[in-house]
Amino acid sequence: MRDGTERRSGDNDSSPHPHGLAATILMFCRTLRRAGLPVGTGQVIDALAAARKVGLRSRDDFYWTLRAVLVSSPSQFRLFHQAFQVYFRNPRLLERAMALMLPATTTPQRDAQADTGIRRLLEAVSRQDQERLEGSTVDVDRSETWSHREILRHKDFEQMTLAEQTEAKDLLLKDIHLLRHVATRRFRPYSYGQRYDLRRSMQMMMRNNGQLLQMTRKRRIERPPVLVLICDISGSMGRYSRMFLHFAHALGSANRTVHSFVFGTRLTNISHRLRDSDVDRALAQISADVSDWDGGTRIGECLERFNKEWSRRLLSQNGAVILLSDGLERDSTADLEFQMQRLRRSCRQLVWLNPVLRYERFEPKAAGIRKMLPHVDLFLPAHNIESLAALGSVLSRGSTSRPAADRATLKAAL
Amino acid sequence: MAESKDRPSLPADIGQVQELLGGGNYIAGRELATTVWLAMQMRRPLLLEGEAGVGKTEIANVLALTLERDLIRLQCYEGLDLASAAYEWNYPRQMVAIRMAEAAGKIAEIGASLYSREYLVARPLLRALESGAGGPPVLLIDEIDRADEPFEAYLLEFLSDYQLSIPELGTVRAEEPPVVVITSNRTRDVHDALRRRCLYHWVDYPDLETESRIVSLKSPGISEGLRAQLVAFIHGLREQDLFKRPGIAETIDWANALAQLDVATLHAEVVNDTLGLLLKYQDDIARFRGSEAARLLAEIQAADRA
Repeated sequence: MRDGTERRSGDNDSSPHPHGLAATILMFCRTLRRAGLPVGTGQVIDALAAARKVGLRSRDDFYWTLRAVLVSSPSQFRLFHQAFQVYFRNPRLLERAMALMLPATTTPQRDAQADTGIRRLLEAVSRQDQERLEGSTVDVDRSETWSHREILRHKDFEQMTLAEQTEAKDLLLKDIHLLRHVATRRFRPYSYGQRYDLRRSMQMMMRNNGQLLQMTRKRRIERPPVLVLICDISGSMGRYSRMFLHFAHALGSANRTVHSFVFGTRLTNISHRLRDSDVDRALAQISADVSDWDGGTRIGECLERFNKEWSRRLLSQNGAVILLSDGLERDSTADLEFQMQRLRRSCRQLVWLNPVLRYERFEPKAAGIRKMLPHVDLFLPAHNIESLAALGSVLSRGSTSRPAADRATLKAAL
Repeated sequence: MAESKDRPSLPADIGQVQELLGGGNYIAGRELATTVWLAMQMRRPLLLEGEAGVGKTEIANVLALTLERDLIRLQCYEGLDLASAAYEWNYPRQMVAIRMAEAAGKIAEIGASLYSREYLVARPLLRALESGAGGPPVLLIDEIDRADEPFEAYLLEFLSDYQLSIPELGTVRAEEPPVVVITSNRTRDVHDALRRRCLYHWVDYPDLETESRIVSLKSPGISEGLRAQLVAFIHGLREQDLFKRPGIAETIDWANALAQLDVATLHAEVVNDTLGLLLKYQDDIARFRGSEAARLLAEIQAADRA
């Protein structure tokens, strides 16, 4: 604030010139918006009102004031902090920054040396923004020995064959409504409902001059269950993960209670991408977002991330988790068992889809598989569309209790 | 109305908010005080988010206490509906009224009066709009993340205009808006539309010094030396890789427990015995009990000596 006093010295409560403050805050909000914070016009007005109330005596108060009004999630704190620091330390720097960002209002004269500074600043701000958009899950410690083996390359999805597409569509139509719905505590009118709807009965009665012709009834509203899909996209999973993502899209695009994640060496939430109704566009976006396609696997670590950051947020309503992975853990498997236990305890049902299972003489020899196997409720093959369809029927059949994790009988049943 | 004259008025500046909360044994940073003050001045709801046990609910309690207003609490849960959150018509009474009107042959006249305030049962939201003798109340909407989206949507009208639309009766508006505090543990993300209507504050774990002051206020029974040790231990514990880190509520519980046990200084045995007060998940306890706890304790004692 100190540096900006010549601009805003007259902005105290009694001042006849509130325009300086208004313009400053407006510009600041525009900066935030450019930087990716969703700041609406209402919030700009609020920010101005709040700033007028608090006054400009203390920089800290001013900071907390703007933050209380303009920020609505802890993930936005860093971005706000940086923008605030930059903006109110040297507003002129920011004016130039704005000029760069808004070409229509650019003043042509530029000092080349100052510009590089501004560019760096803008880059810094936009980098923060990127991190924010990627979500809080992506937090990789690059000092770890793993990073050099992580194959960071972008992968284009192959086109699905037409037959596969049709099958996927069939799957979609068959299975989405098969998912067993969960009863909520809300009601809607229904003539054969179990309960009487007193409010509506009374209204009907009033319409009939106080004659109670018929009691109306109501029934519970049911909603689709919460489903979390976690998909391994490491090298060994290649084409299975692509198929599974189609499955995830089929479930997730129409349904807000399906959440999807992919992991190789890091966990990424892709739910919002899968809401795109066009599956190809959604998958292309995901392939651009995710940088650990076809690399190694760190199942234990990714599950730990999920357990810490997402399980309580997504599984609080007793959801089911479907994990697609071959269980070939390349990292140390020390923590894997513990994380699987934890995951199982936080969900209604933990289903493990493993493409390796289709081989007749499959024996769980890999250390990772042995550690994971005791902690799943269901262990199913997932090597083609049919086995995913089988999954759909399992989910629709599913009772509230945990089914026994008896692999042999399940294989027989499938 | 003579009573309301004596009721403390809303604080005039941020410093007064700190004093006010301090008067209720709540130690608030400048940041929180600013947000609370703005919420009162701008007549906006206050949205508090943070881990469980960091004192979100307590803010509403303390505000109600120090401002001498009624506290109306709405605990959210999945499926919370209009009938239990806002209002409900008193159907049995209405039925009886109709029958009586029938008997008296005045059935045509009953229609107008059947949906009047008389037959309305007020639930927390409606009660919050109707300030009683104690002035506008403090409304605490606790753990909004536990309610489902439809309820959040229903709250929007209430939170932006402090009014409720009751189809049969009309709109009920607050003469003077209540102080609204909403808390969330973030088990689910609250929708943007609701966030936009509120002033937002993230309640974080306090720093060493603040937490020490809180403990000295809340459990005055323990010595200064032990207090420093236990707060340092808790802070060390929060840096561990835990599924659920202990909040301030746990700190206070632990301090009270140590006071009950007449502990003079922290040692491994007492830590292991009382770990259940700090960690609420068996995995966390199993992982931490024994050698880990001893290591952290040794670190603290070493720092203490230095």
